Amino acid sequence: MSQDTIARWQFAITTVYHFLFVPLTIGLSLLVAGMQTAWVRTGSVEWLRLTRFWGKLMLINFAMGVVTGIVQEFQFGMNWSDYSRFVGDVFGPPLAMEALIAFFLESTFLGLWIFGWDRLPKRVHLATIWLASLGTVISAYFILAANSWMQHPVGYRINPETGRAELTSIWQALTNPTQIVTFPHVLSASLLTGGAVLVGLSCWHLRKGQQVDLHRRAVRLGLVVCAVASVGVLLSGHFQGQVMTRQQPMKMASAEALWDTEKSAGWSLFAYGDVSHGENKVDIKIPYMLSFMATNSFTAEVEGVNDLQAAAVAKYGPGDYTPVMGVTFWSFRIMMALGGAYFALAAFGLWRMRRGGLPGGRHVLLAFVGATVLPYAANTAGWIFTEMGRQPWAVFGLLRTSDAVSPNVSTTAVVLTLAGFTVLYGTLAAVALRLFLRHGTHEIPELSPTVTVDGEARPGEALPSLAY
Amino acid sequence: MLEEFWFVLVAVLWVGFFVLEGFDFGVAALLPVIGRDNETDRRAVLGTIGPVWDANEVWLLTAGGAMFAAFPEWYASLFSGAYLALFLILLSLIVRGVSLEYRGKATTAAGRAWCDRGIVFGGALPALLFGVACTNMVRGLEMTPDHQVTSGFFDLLNPYALLGGVTTALLCVLHGAVFLSLKTRGEIRARSRQVTRVLIPPALAALAGLAGWTVALRGGVLVAAVSALALAALGGAAAAWFNERDGWAFAGTAGAIALMVASWFVALYPNALPALGAPENSLTISDAASGHYTLTIMTWVAVLFTPVVLGYQAWSYWVFRRRLVGSDEAG
Repeated sequence: MSQDTIARWQFAITTVYHFLFVPLTIGLSLLVAGMQTAWVRTGSVEWLRLTRFWGKLMLINFAMGVVTGIVQEFQFGMNWSDYSRFVGDVFGPPLAMEALIAFFLESTFLGLWIFGWDRLPKRVHLATIWLASLGTVISAYFILAANSWMQHPVGYRINPETGRAELTSIWQALTNPTQIVTFPHVLSASLLTGGAVLVGLSCWHLRKGQQVDLHRRAVRLGLVVCAVASVGVLLSGHFQGQVMTRQQPMKMASAEALWDTEKSAGWSLFAYGDVSHGENKVDIKIPYMLSFMATNSFTAEVEGVNDLQAAAVAKYGPGDYTPVMGVTFWSFRIMMALGGAYFALAAFGLWRMRRGGLPGGRHVLLAFVGATVLPYAANTAGWIFTEMGRQPWAVFGLLRTSDAVSPNVSTTAVVLTLAGFTVLYGTLAAVALRLFLRHGTHEIPELSPTVTVDGEARPGEALPSLAY
Repeated sequence: MLEEFWFVLVAVLWVGFFVLEGFDFGVAALLPVIGRDNETDRRAVLGTIGPVWDANEVWLLTAGGAMFAAFPEWYASLFSGAYLALFLILLSLIVRGVSLEYRGKATTAAGRAWCDRGIVFGGALPALLFGVACTNMVRGLEMTPDHQVTSGFFDLLNPYALLGGVTTALLCVLHGAVFLSLKTRGEIRARSRQVTRVLIPPALAALAGLAGWTVALRGGVLVAAVSALALAALGGAAAAWFNERDGWAFAGTAGAIALMVASWFVALYPNALPALGAPENSLTISDAASGHYTLTIMTWVAVLFTPVVLGYQAWSYWVFRRRLVGSDEAG
């Protein structure tokens, strides 16, 4: 394998891995903030118990997101230095803003939240978790704006002297039409992930019949969040598809294995074809559906891969401008099917819980436990789709991925770091998952008698047990 | 003008990182020494940095982000050039972060022991490697005319940079010991003061050696002056130690680290990354800089948000200002 292929594998592995933790961090920190708010407003000790239980699990996940995030910022310079030289002027600012505006906020206030249970007034302490959550959301905004620029560069010019991209409008870069549809998509997906984990683990407890009242509360909250979030995911995804059809028609065509430009195009359920000849052998379609998804009109024309490839050759010169069709086609379907499946599950669960009680019997509960993996698989498939679908470009239409790697870093060095990260990440995944399950399958402890802190009566532990 | 402003700002961010993470690294490295007796002591030791280490680490991310945004070529050349050193730094920072966060959640003594190892490794190694990497930047790397670094990993292990690494390691551990004396009472504070006394002479010697070598390499009255101030600050820390003035001692080690890091950037100017052996290939600040528009936008962002960040970060130190105690006093 060539150096740029290995560097791409490294980026894929470290980024997909990082994004296993990010959505749960965002989703769960908001959920925990919600639980703590419920406690502060109602005084119900059950909410405090849930806050502390889920807060601990949130922190186990948070740590992984933080430490793998450092790699994300550094590897642009390490493995993709020519990319960094070319885009730094435009791509650097959102990253710097993310650190200054979001990372400081989330890390400082998370520290205050963890260690501040017995140091801060109740409402100030509540504010710290909201500010930390806000930090995670702002962070998502900036990094997605940076990614959106790679999908659809705006607000820049190419400096003729240096050949580098230069920012001409920060406003355009931060309100990129791609970003406007991507941010809600990722934010809803994060809430869905947080909600699904909340539902899954709580259903595990319900299935064992332990602390039913407490966990039913969590399941209901989780299902409401999942239902709302999955509608958000589906709607924002629909608009994303349309923006993508306009901005990156090749990505849409390859997502659909649509070889030739068609009017009233159908949506493919299953296709199998011959990539080298640019045709499908088997293709089962829902008529008119693709035209509708791509443009909101059932009869509109959707461009096909063969025509787009020819157009790209005419525009950019000889080369292969088609992404790996098997990957884009299936990752797109996996993402949509799993996202849709969770919506159906959440709606079913809520309907079953409409008069109180549990979402279902042992089998239904087990299904919810198992369904925890669905958002994870969908998130991963979504990123693989959007990044693989942009290939061969690192920055669409401007910079090829093969021109983006560090020319001065040897293949051996990239192999070495790839191996190092993979081993470390694998080990840490096992450690984090074990710790998460060990704490997550405990019963939620009773709170020790009320203690007085700085003159204020507090139900809860005297020591901040979330700390070390 | 804006380019110079951003060069100074990047330097300030690195200063902030070294001063704040410096004591985090030091405290982590000293865990088995000062917390050798029992679990209560170890908890107290780690409790001093617990609420703040993560936000301190963000100084590194902000420094990296600021280099990327304001000087893309600097970020690209340096980060790809110091590839394996940065990889080792990343590994150790990952291990440290996870160990710090998981230690209190580990359910077995063996789990905690593994976390302790991770904390020591992840505190000591970056304290050394950041010094090696930064002093290599001051010394320069071999570069092509288009600023692609060709020096390999073993070229980074030259005597000057190794002295740089030893110096930052000594200073960070010393700074950590002084921080522990400031943040604890009783037995732990007494032990930290002992460690401080042991470390001050070698730290002074290393800092003097590095300062002299830097002046010899890069010259300049200003480099010499800033380095002299760094030594004076460390001397002040020693004096404050004798008088048991913990706050002043901390100000002294913080000042010494800050001035040492500042002296590196003074030595670099007007280069961002000097080319070893071929000065004409050096990457200057203006070669490396982003366009005027980007720098203007980033200046506004920095001016608006930095005071807010400094404000709430300072507040968090205020909230956790109480001294912690170990097993000798803990009820």
